[in-house]
Amino acid sequence: MTKNRRGEYLVAAVLVAPFVLIFGWMFIYPTLQMVQLSFTKSPLIGAGTWVGFDNYVRMFGDKLFWTAIWNTSYFVLLTVVPGTAAALAIALMVSRLGGWVQSFVLAAFFLPYILPVTVVYLIWDWMLNVQFGIAQFLIEPFAGKRVNVWRSAPWFMPMAALLTIWWTNGFSILLFLAGLRNIPRELYEAAALDGGTRWQVFRSITWPLIWPVTVLCLTIQLILQLKIFDQVYLFAQGGRTQSTMVLVQLIYEQAFQKNSSGYAATVAVALFVIVVAFSVLQFQLLRSRGGNK
Amino acid sequence: MTDVLNATPIRVVGSRARFVDPAYWILNLLTAIFAAIWFFPVYWALATSFKTDDEAVKKGINLLPEGLHIDGYAFVIQNSDLPIWYVNSIITSVAVTVLTVIMAACAGYAISQLRFPGRKILWYLVLASFMVPVSALIVNHFIIIADVKLLNTYAGMVLPMLISPVTVIIYKNFFDSMPREYREAALIDGANEFQLLFRMFIPMNWGITTALAIITFIGAWNSFLWPFLVAQNEKMMTVTVGITAVQDAFGVAYARTLSGAVLASLPVALAYLIFQKKVTQAITLSAGIKG
Repeated sequence: MTKNRRGEYLVAAVLVAPFVLIFGWMFIYPTLQMVQLSFTKSPLIGAGTWVGFDNYVRMFGDKLFWTAIWNTSYFVLLTVVPGTAAALAIALMVSRLGGWVQSFVLAAFFLPYILPVTVVYLIWDWMLNVQFGIAQFLIEPFAGKRVNVWRSAPWFMPMAALLTIWWTNGFSILLFLAGLRNIPRELYEAAALDGGTRWQVFRSITWPLIWPVTVLCLTIQLILQLKIFDQVYLFAQGGRTQSTMVLVQLIYEQAFQKNSSGYAATVAVALFVIVVAFSVLQFQLLRSRGGNK
Repeated sequence: MTDVLNATPIRVVGSRARFVDPAYWILNLLTAIFAAIWFFPVYWALATSFKTDDEAVKKGINLLPEGLHIDGYAFVIQNSDLPIWYVNSIITSVAVTVLTVIMAACAGYAISQLRFPGRKILWYLVLASFMVPVSALIVNHFIIIADVKLLNTYAGMVLPMLISPVTVIIYKNFFDSMPREYREAALIDGANEFQLLFRMFIPMNWGITTALAIITFIGAWNSFLWPFLVAQNEKMMTVTVGITAVQDAFGVAYARTLSGAVLASLPVALAYLIFQKKVTQAITLSAGIKG
């Protein structure tokens, strides 16, 4: 019996060893190191000196940090709710279709999601090109002139949000479609017999039953968009990046351009705390709803 | 759209009623228009990539290319490092996919089927790490990879991309739902745990393995931030990072630039179009919805 037990331990150790090794080395260790680093003044490569809470004091007084917080929040505001609403609308449209038509239309909506961010950047950089971009034909009548979107502060974030919704919405659309498919058909049939209008059916059947998926999409999007970097970095390249700075970008700039990894780690800790706080909230929400594993 | 919904007093759902219901056709039309608008940027990139550089910047709206010019593609392939970047992307993405899936299957199996000290702690750690933003760790990943002298190497690129708690969670849940009798019967027949895992548990969940492999591959191919940081040497870039370097080098030559973009998206776009169902399944599973 004990021999058997020991055999099982050994097998388990062999099976989890690669994962645990990588997990410890690439996840737990860097997380702890990040916290330690945030209390030092260090270059990117090389030893630092312990400075206690100096970096944290600096961070809370740093105008750029608050700009980054503001821009990140603004971006979250512009993407999360509008994106989720758009995804629900699209899912409702797609779910009415059937067969190959549905796969075809769904593919049209979903394809952007699997594109690399740099491709999304190149496509929209071209679409919005101030001289030759096809989207300028829409912008011109609206704004009265051609707009260099990525060099114009009021346009930057809304446009970044719009194309982010375009790019990442496929994910939420799939979740909504799965949720819609789980609503029993009989409910709709009963409603049809009772003579409910489309709107009534939506209000009293679809909306309440899809609500849990809506909450899931909102929280996933929220946590995802807090980590915004790629698009904003790519579009702001070559211009003044300060006014459109977001949190991850501040980490990147401090560490890799200003060679100040201690302060970068401090901002990283702030991001870490914010994201974990929202994740815990999400987890509580899901659990209180009872058992979405 | 709500107006359309509101304005429809006619009852629907019954299949015969549909065909006389104008709202049914209006909604279909709206869906088609909206899908076309949504897809337009992708179409526009494709169309531009088949134009010549002069044609791309011609005045007015020219929705169709004048012919299928492949000059842009030929130029990018011959005059940039794109072929090398492609090889780099294939090597790193395949490595990430294979290693992630194998490690996750093994760990998921152990956590699900075996009893060993530390099992609970490991499981909670995996669940908790789900919440941690990996982008907060970039600085430390860089320092660690620089410490072991792996900057500008495939290994350095792959290592931080191997953390995928979701994959472990999905495997564990799937293995949990396997009937216990199978395992017991196989053990009585003298099978060992490795045979159980590789001859029974993985083959019986083959669908989920392919789904996870495809989505991991797509994710690895598309990842930007880490490969961008770790590959400072142009010859080590992945295609996802490299195509923006092409753009800088070419100046305003959009047909070329977008040819590069189309080439960079080809593997992931094909993976999605061929395995549409698998991608859908993996995504809904990763969000915790039974697909």
